[in-house]
Order: sequence, then C-alpha cells, then structure tokens
Amino acid sequence: MTTSVDPSTKSGGPRALHSSALARSRWRTAFLLSPPLLWFLVIYLSSLVLMLITSFWSVNNFTSQITHQLTGSNFAQISAGAYPTIILRTFLLAALVTVTDAVVAFPFAYVMARLAGKRAQRLLLGAVLLPLWASYLAKVYAWISILEKGGALNWTFSKLGLPDPNLGFTNGAMWIAFCYIWLPYMIVPIYGALERIPSSLLDASADLGGSSWSTFRRVLLPLALPGLLAGSIFTFSLTLGDYVTPLLIGGSNSTLIGNAIYENLLNGGNLPLAAALSIVPIVIMVVYLTIAKRLGAFEAL
Amino acid sequence: MANDSAIAIRGVAKSFAGTTVLHDINLEIFDGEFFTMLGPSGSGKTTLLRMVAGFETPDRGTISLHGDDVTQRSAHVRPVNTVFQDYALFPHMDVVTNVEYGLRVAGVKKEDRRRRASEALAMVQLEGFAKRRPAQLSGGQRQRVALARAIVNEPSVLLLDEPLGALDLKLRQEMQTELKVIQRRIGITFLYVTHDQEEAMAMSDRIAIMNAGVIEQVGSPKEIYELPASPFVASFIGTSNVIVRNGRTQSLRPERLRLLLPASSPPEGTITEPATVADVVYLGPVIRVYVRLANGDDLVVVQSNDGLAGPSFSVAAGDAVLVAWRPQDAFDLESELV
Repeated sequence: MTTSVDPSTKSGGPRALHSSALARSRWRTAFLLSPPLLWFLVIYLSSLVLMLITSFWSVNNFTSQITHQLTGSNFAQISAGAYPTIILRTFLLAALVTVTDAVVAFPFAYVMARLAGKRAQRLLLGAVLLPLWASYLAKVYAWISILEKGGALNWTFSKLGLPDPNLGFTNGAMWIAFCYIWLPYMIVPIYGALERIPSSLLDASADLGGSSWSTFRRVLLPLALPGLLAGSIFTFSLTLGDYVTPLLIGGSNSTLIGNAIYENLLNGGNLPLAAALSIVPIVIMVVYLTIAKRLGAFEAL
Repeated sequence: MANDSAIAIRGVAKSFAGTTVLHDINLEIFDGEFFTMLGPSGSGKTTLLRMVAGFETPDRGTISLHGDDVTQRSAHVRPVNTVFQDYALFPHMDVVTNVEYGLRVAGVKKEDRRRRASEALAMVQLEGFAKRRPAQLSGGQRQRVALARAIVNEPSVLLLDEPLGALDLKLRQEMQTELKVIQRRIGITFLYVTHDQEEAMAMSDRIAIMNAGVIEQVGSPKEIYELPASPFVASFIGTSNVIVRNGRTQSLRPERLRLLLPASSPPEGTITEPATVADVVYLGPVIRVYVRLANGDDLVVVQSNDGLAGPSFSVAAGDAVLVAWRPQDAFDLESELV
C-alpha cells in the first residue's frame, strides 16, 4: 500500500489540460448525437414499448372499447385455435426462404467478390440492385403471371410434354416470390463480407495443406458468417412481417402472422390482440440473434 | 547432403497481361541453405516465390522440389510452407488454433497436434500466448506466430515473403538473428525474399540479385559485394562508384578510396587522380566525402573515423585533393556497358 499523491489530481498539469479537452470532445459528441438519439428514443423505442403495453390490454366484447387493464388473455388466445398453425407456418416459411436465399446468394456473391473482374463486378452488382428500383407489387404480379394456370411456367412445361406444375396461389408460389424479392438483401451483405477477406488468408490455408473444401469450411465460411447473418436477418424478418405476398399469390392455407395482424387491426378491431401477435416475430428474432451470438457469428466482425 | 538440390527452377518465364515479369529464370537452391532473392520492387522476386509455393503457374519452364517436378501441382499438396508478408493469420482463430491449422487439415490427432503446436510456439518464444487472438498481438508477435504456423508442419522448404517488412528497425534486427538461429536448428531450406540488402547480407548463405525479371548474379554475400557482376548489382548492393577507364567499366567501393592532400606522396602501387571536394557529410563512425574528378566523374569516398584518416577529415567543399586506390580494388563489371 502506497500513499503517493496522484499527480493527475493537481490542477494545471498536462493531464488536466488533456482531460478538459476530453470533456469538451465528449460534450461535442453528445451534442451531435442528441437529435438522432432523441428520434430513436421517442419515435422508435417508445412506439415499441407502447405496443408491448397494448398487447396486455383487452377489448370489451360488448362496447368494443379497449380496457386498460393488464391481462394475459391475448397471449392465451394466440396460443390456441388457428394461431399456432399460422405462427408455425410463418416461421417455417421464413426459415425456408432464408436458407434458400443463402444457398443461392453465397456462390453468386463469391463470384462477384472474388472471381469477377472490376467491370463484371460492377455489372453484377447493378443486376442485383436494379430490381430494388421496381415496385414490390409489380414484382409479385410478375410472379403471378408466371405461376398462374395460363402462365409462363405451365406453358413451358406443356411444351416440354411435362404435367402442369400449377404453382399459382399455393405456399410454393409464396416461397418462390419471397426468395426472389429478398434475394438482393442476402447477396449484398455476403458480398461485402467476402470482399473484405484478404486473399492471403485463402493462400495461407492452401499453403498449409487445406483443400478447397477445408478452406471454404474453416476460413471462408466463418469469415463470411457475419455477412450471412446480416442477410438472414433481412430475409427472415422481412418474411416474418409480410402480409401482401400471401394475399396476392398465396392460397387458402397461406395466412401468415402479418395477415392475422391485419385482420385483427382492420376487420376485427382488436388492437390489443394485433399487438400481441406483433410481439411474436420480435420474440422469434431476439431468440434467433441470441443463438447466432452464442454460436460466435459476430466474433469475426 | 549439403549439395542435394532442394529447389530447382529451370527456364521459368511468366507474364501478366502482356507484361513479362520473369524471363527464363534458372536457379538451383541446395538443401539446408538460407537463400535470399534480393531485388527492388517489381523485379519479379515475389512472383518467383509464389510459383514455388504454388500460387502461380509459370508460362514456361519447370519447378522441382527435391527432384520432384511440382510445376503443375497445386499449393495444398506441395511440401512447402510460407510466411506471408502480412502474416495472413486467421483472425477468427486463437494463436494455437492458427499454429495447428496445417496439422488439423492433415488429420493429425488432437493431443499430437497440441503438443507439436506448443513446441513450435516455444521455439518462437511465445509460450503462454496460445489462447490470444491475432488482433491482441503486436506486429512482432504476429510475425512469430506466422513463423510457428509454418514450421510446425516440418516443410522441406520454408518460403518467407518479406516477413520483416512491417517491423521497426530494432525488432527487424533481432528477428534476423533469430530467424538464422531457427534455420540452423531445424536445418530446413529457407527461401527468403526481401528488398533490404542489409537484411539479405546479414542472414543469407547465398543471394540472387534480381532486376526486371532476370537474375543478375548469384553468390555469397561477400562475392556479391566484392565482385559484382553488373553495374546494377554494384549500385544496388551498397554504394558504388562506376567509372570508365580505357574503355572498361569499373566499380570502386567508396570505402576502398583514400583522400590525400595534393602535395603528399601517394602510397606505393596506388593510382591517384586529382579531384575537388564537392560536399562533406559527417556521419559519426564514418565521414562521407563527395568529390569531382578532373574528367567530370563524381565519386563518393567513405573514410573511417578511426583517427588515422588524417587530412581527409579537415577537407571542406572546394578543396583540391588527390583520390587514391589500389588497382585491384577497381574491378571490371561484366556484360553491358552503361
């Protein structure tokens, strides 16, 4: 135990000058950050909190007025009847769309990031981003015209002498449309992650005796994982929350969580139940990100 | 044993996008040798190293390792390992996992590879760093991990691509000594690439001087310094005065020249020429004097600050002096005249 005086506590020293400069820069940071921070707190977080509170309210069956009393009845309601099926269907579809997009996007992003020349790279990136300029509805309608009974797919199959696939207005049609619409959101982050990997790491893996497969599994994939994860957050959550594609291209058994929320909000007039349903995708995403973090997906960031 | 060929490069040529970076390279490197390819950037030395590693394929010619033609074999099946310029450590693995990577992909059992990895880490004095991430290490430590990761596989040849380039001078000199010690201890062939001539001189058994895609000279550090084969080698290694006398291009090392006062009588058997001092640079252990000969040639003279140099230490710009050298210190440069 020593009892020396810390020189930094004396005023006027170089240390004091330093800390006052630091304090000034902290104030400046706080000043610059306060507008976006305020926006984030008021508009973004508070609306989420309000939704959470609303989900514990209920609607009086006679007056159709909201009762501001905390109850778990909404959550009891969505854990019975048709809701579990809808939630499971939404979850499985989102997972399937994510996996499909990841499998399609990875080789595409790899070619873009590591094999293509500068010109081809720009061209491919343009080709990936261009569909984002077209309206979402136009793209879904395009798929309707491909998949419906008199559509391009059936026509091609019949010309080839194959039976009609008749994919229009089925869950399969939803899957195809979702995979198509969200694909750019998967390609771009994977492309970014792959492009940042120094090629010397791949050389080093080969140099140490790693086959192409070892290099892919032990070096390329772990380092691309943050990009893959970012992409999967987009495809997964965008599918979880969508309600337009099921309406347009889905069939009678294609109701998703989004449609159930829409129904309760606009036709059923049950805002608390809609809020409770909205909590479901948020909980799924939180669980998903927690697992991803446990698996070390963010460590290479 | 000492004269067994470790690497044989025969008639290798390579161009990238129409630019020839290597013209007909022939080189034999012996087992257990510390061999350095030295040259300025763009001389083709790194390309040649990458060909031995298997990252590039030559347009023509063959590369053999211990008598095996490996020209068409890909990098992951060649018995060589590389220490990369940027170290190329896997950022998502800790130090020991990096070091045992080669053993892991080769299917070595876990206890075995842990033991060998810790031995390799001990050799580079990094015991206790096994669980760190590369990002938590200093440049010098990363360099050692890269070295351990390569030697743990017991390659027949170790390739080093400017491994000390990113380190500061003091660390670089320490590592030079250490690399040499490690090379002697494990006895494998080192093929080293650098643009730093002092580094090459300090470590190598033999050096190949490369310039613009050709090998200008191969020899021991002493041979290359004292008997440069071309004007390029003479000027690239150390400083050299290149003069033309009687139609012959000759090289004169600055430290082999003496400055004398005009009135003094030169030592027996020396050639003297009158000159004027252009500039004097005092460097501590040595003094560097720039002089101009009567025929207009500019020479650099380096005098040791040993107290015996006498009058050359009192010269100043504008003074008339005599420059003296022994005839045997002016040697003819082979090949093309400048």
